[in-house]
Amino acid sequence: MSLLAIDNLSLHFGGVRAVEDVSFRVEPQEVFTVIGPNGAGKTSIFNLISRFYDANAGRIAFEGRDITAIAPHEVAQRGIARTFQNVELFEHASVLENLLLGRHVRFRTRLPFELLFTPSVRAEERAHREKVEEVIDFLDLQHYRDTRTGSLPYGVRKVVELGRALASGPKLLLLDEPSSGLNNEETEEMSFWIEDITQELGIAVLMIEHDMALVREVSDRVLAINYGRIIAAGDVESVQAHPEVVRAYLGE
Amino acid sequence: MHVVRKTSYDQDMRLFAHRGVAFWYGVLAIAALLAPLALNTYYLSQLTFVCVYAVAGAGLMLLTGYAGQVSLGHAAFLAAGAYTEAILQAHGIPFVLSLPAAAAVAAALGLAVGIPALRLTGIYLAVATLAFAFIVEEILARWESVTRGNFGIAVDTLAIGSLRFDAEWKFFYLALGVLVATLLAVRNLLRTKTGRALVALRDSTIAAQSLGVHLAWYKTAAFGLSAGLTGLAGALYAHKIAFISPEQFTIMVSVELLVMVVVGGLGSLHGAVFGAAFIVALPQAIVFAKGVLGISGSGQAAVDAGVFGLLLLLFMLYEPQGLYGRWVKVRYYLEVFPFYRRATFRRQKTYARTERLQ
Repeated sequence: MSLLAIDNLSLHFGGVRAVEDVSFRVEPQEVFTVIGPNGAGKTSIFNLISRFYDANAGRIAFEGRDITAIAPHEVAQRGIARTFQNVELFEHASVLENLLLGRHVRFRTRLPFELLFTPSVRAEERAHREKVEEVIDFLDLQHYRDTRTGSLPYGVRKVVELGRALASGPKLLLLDEPSSGLNNEETEEMSFWIEDITQELGIAVLMIEHDMALVREVSDRVLAINYGRIIAAGDVESVQAHPEVVRAYLGE
Repeated sequence: MHVVRKTSYDQDMRLFAHRGVAFWYGVLAIAALLAPLALNTYYLSQLTFVCVYAVAGAGLMLLTGYAGQVSLGHAAFLAAGAYTEAILQAHGIPFVLSLPAAAAVAAALGLAVGIPALRLTGIYLAVATLAFAFIVEEILARWESVTRGNFGIAVDTLAIGSLRFDAEWKFFYLALGVLVATLLAVRNLLRTKTGRALVALRDSTIAAQSLGVHLAWYKTAAFGLSAGLTGLAGALYAHKIAFISPEQFTIMVSVELLVMVVVGGLGSLHGAVFGAAFIVALPQAIVFAKGVLGISGSGQAAVDAGVFGLLLLLFMLYEPQGLYGRWVKVRYYLEVFPFYRRATFRRQKTYARTERLQ
């Protein structure tokens, strides 16, 4: 069974067909990349999976269960985490607090006990802190643990955002342009991490990416879309060579 | 400069970062406990007001400073607490029951406001809460069978069993106790899941949602908790003033409460307390200044309002982190003297977000 199954998904804004009849499957532990020119509808697909948008037609299923109509905050509970194209960190909170927020859905503490900070609350804070420290070690963020994220360099913010998504213990990670705004070195590092995430942690990655070098390096399969429609799908080489894709990027 | 060496995760959960901090809070606690010996009745009374306002400030800080929801209607919750306390006391309900009841009534009102407020943000939320405060004020004036309308209600001296809070120092200790308990509870909340979720709500609702933060639940909870604490302050306020009427809970009080958290410093509990001290001290300072400058005559209220507005404006322009922010800077300056650099606290411009969904 596929981890994520998307069938005939469509999203219209008035007359604009942002996503039109898109279907694809993401298998466990694979890196699945969506490419396409600006405005092709890539981020719209992400926002449909995150449930920020309501689909006009089609079905999204995660681990065989329909998630097309669940509430946005339930998506994380099911095991889907994401990052954003322009980095959406909690800027007035420290890296540590951001990562602990990543674990929000795993916390079981209740408000009255939190007000009293009972020993059970403390124990749970401690347990989640340990999980967060694993992520900090994994992404080499030790140095920034107590820094307010608003004052971090852009490259580090991207890593913190990735860490926050990882901290929630997802089965599927949605990465919206993980390399945008990063320099070559940072992009290289990002590609290593993506490989580690799938191979060591066993998490499937669905990503949107423009940097074709990174796409080639990490992707198992690629989907190309333009004007909301699928124009090609398959392995990296065949999609890159596909005449429709060439036309979409270069024009005629 | 004190550098904390961290050796356990529990260190990040502590109330006090290190021993030095704990020591100074100890000194502060002793000073507060000895205050009745050192101050005359008038100043002690002002200090009691600081405690009462700080409880309300902690409530509003939770909502505005941490959860990022502006409220221009907190006078209504203060009124709800004050009237509940006054009415229950008149019916012979003991204080140990009426105080929680006052908080509960205010919290229930807060929840009632919080639910429609879910769809509102920023200026729209401010206007909605403002309208709500007007409605409550009007109800207090018109529902004469319960509130005695514009005649107001005289509130008896507070008594718990045979212990009567008839002297200023007794009531001061009570207010101080409630303040400490409030600050502790809010501080506890802020170092757990709920507190972080509120901050998440403030900084990026879209990211909060993607991490599984139930926006509606936390927004409503923030309103309920904030209103409950403000109601608690209202109950104390009723006893402190000994007489309550609708004109004590006007829009001006809501503004005062908001000025308190903004001038104190949004996003810090210290700010709530600093702001309360500021609110209580400012009218005194104005009176004093007028005496020095030889200005006499009426219009104290107008001057107060004018100075409040001016200071709010100046703080927002030049010290958005309020008195607490200033305090942090001065302390840092002294800690690293003579190595302070002007750029240390320079505000950074952040990237414009092009892909906001909301």
